[in-house]
Amino acid sequence: MSLDNNIITRWQQSEYLLIGGSAGSFKLIFNIVKNLNANLNKAVIIVIHRKKNFFSEIEKLFAENSRISLREITDKEVVNKNTIYIAPANYHTLIERDGSFALDVSEAIWYSRPSIDVTFESASDVFDGKCTAILLSGANQDGAEGLLKLRNKGCLTIVQDPEDAEMPQMPLAAIEIDAAEYRLSSAEIFELLKT
Amino acid sequence: MNIEQEILSVQQLDELVDLIKKFHGFDFSSYSKASLKRRVLRIMQNKKQAFYDLKHVLVNNQAFFQEFLDEITVNVTEMFRDPSFYKALNNQVIPYLSTYQHIKVWSAGCSSGEESYSLAILLNEAGLRKKSFIYGTDINSEMLKEARKGIYSLKKIKSYAENYQFSGLKGSLTDHFTIMYDAATVHSELKHNTLFSIHNLVSDAIFNEFQLISCRNVFIYFESELQEKILELFYNSLAPLGFLCMGSKETIRSDKFKKKFKVINSKENIYQKIVS
Repeated sequence: MSLDNNIITRWQQSEYLLIGGSAGSFKLIFNIVKNLNANLNKAVIIVIHRKKNFFSEIEKLFAENSRISLREITDKEVVNKNTIYIAPANYHTLIERDGSFALDVSEAIWYSRPSIDVTFESASDVFDGKCTAILLSGANQDGAEGLLKLRNKGCLTIVQDPEDAEMPQMPLAAIEIDAAEYRLSSAEIFELLKT
Repeated sequence: MNIEQEILSVQQLDELVDLIKKFHGFDFSSYSKASLKRRVLRIMQNKKQAFYDLKHVLVNNQAFFQEFLDEITVNVTEMFRDPSFYKALNNQVIPYLSTYQHIKVWSAGCSSGEESYSLAILLNEAGLRKKSFIYGTDINSEMLKEARKGIYSLKKIKSYAENYQFSGLKGSLTDHFTIMYDAATVHSELKHNTLFSIHNLVSDAIFNEFQLISCRNVFIYFESELQEKILELFYNSLAPLGFLCMGSKETIRSDKFKKKFKVINSKENIYQKIVS
């Protein structure tokens, strides 16, 4: 495996972990949630594309398998460490300067609400580089622009290796605009998150 | 490292908010900044305006302001958005309301009227149309014009009909519309039960007493202090034991108002005014 010291140090110094995923990412995110250290000491924000009106047990399933407290985001809730936050369906999730979540029901981006771009862009405004962002498998190009903004602010930006992703379009879109500092296989992502 | 030049700084956003208040009388100072910034950036990108261009047209071009207002106020709405909310309303609140002589409903932040008409349809199907009346209010006069027309594209109606099905209502959404070509118009009997008018939650006062206030996915655009101020307005506008409905991801955060409302449904955020 090819994790260099730079990526490990910057991951360890991050106060926030952002994860964006769409088609083909669900199982991987589930396993990430399951394997995160109990004493992670970071806030984790997960944006998964999901359909509205489909009664979803994602939060329940994830919470049962996580060692860290996990919840669906409510408006104005303050982002805390050692908590995993899931973006609710049919809303965009933004982050305010005071470190609280703000929801938004404006137009879907890339047919998606929640949109990964919206959360990533908003995080790039407030997290001051102290953040690791991972963009996973997906069949559209949501998240690429947002990832670039995070990279430009000095955040550690990672995409799932397109060859490893069930749906390579989303990571590829990010690579195309040079938004990803690293491309890692799912095995490497797990290894990094364990350090 | 490629550090991108900030296109719209915090100070510049504040400057715009001040300017809009001064020149157009709309106060956005307690709006959630993350969302507001995103909306303003969108306008700047679409219009290819730099910050100073935007400032200039906002001061000098009155017609542009309406366009600006349409863009920064989020006017995305659906009929029967969150079908489970309408199901809860039907099961837990409508039976209670049906015992009243008159049911006055305030749909606050109604935009193009979808929520107001959803409530009108719900009341109609419960056999309460003749004794109910719905006031839809918004700050955007153009949106209110749309609401009064009650005309929606068939494409939208198709997605609303899906919501309606999930809400567990027995009829069919299209029973309430007249369909012509590619658009559907709300039946006039429902329109007779609605009144759409300008009201700014930030600055305007009580205008009636209601048995039900629905203000869903509006609070998300406001900072906490403003939310509390508007809760006060709602509390004072509700009849004793009246109901307040908020969006499913919104919640009463203020301790003062937590004590003044009873939770009827915690998942759908339906509350009832407690009389002390």
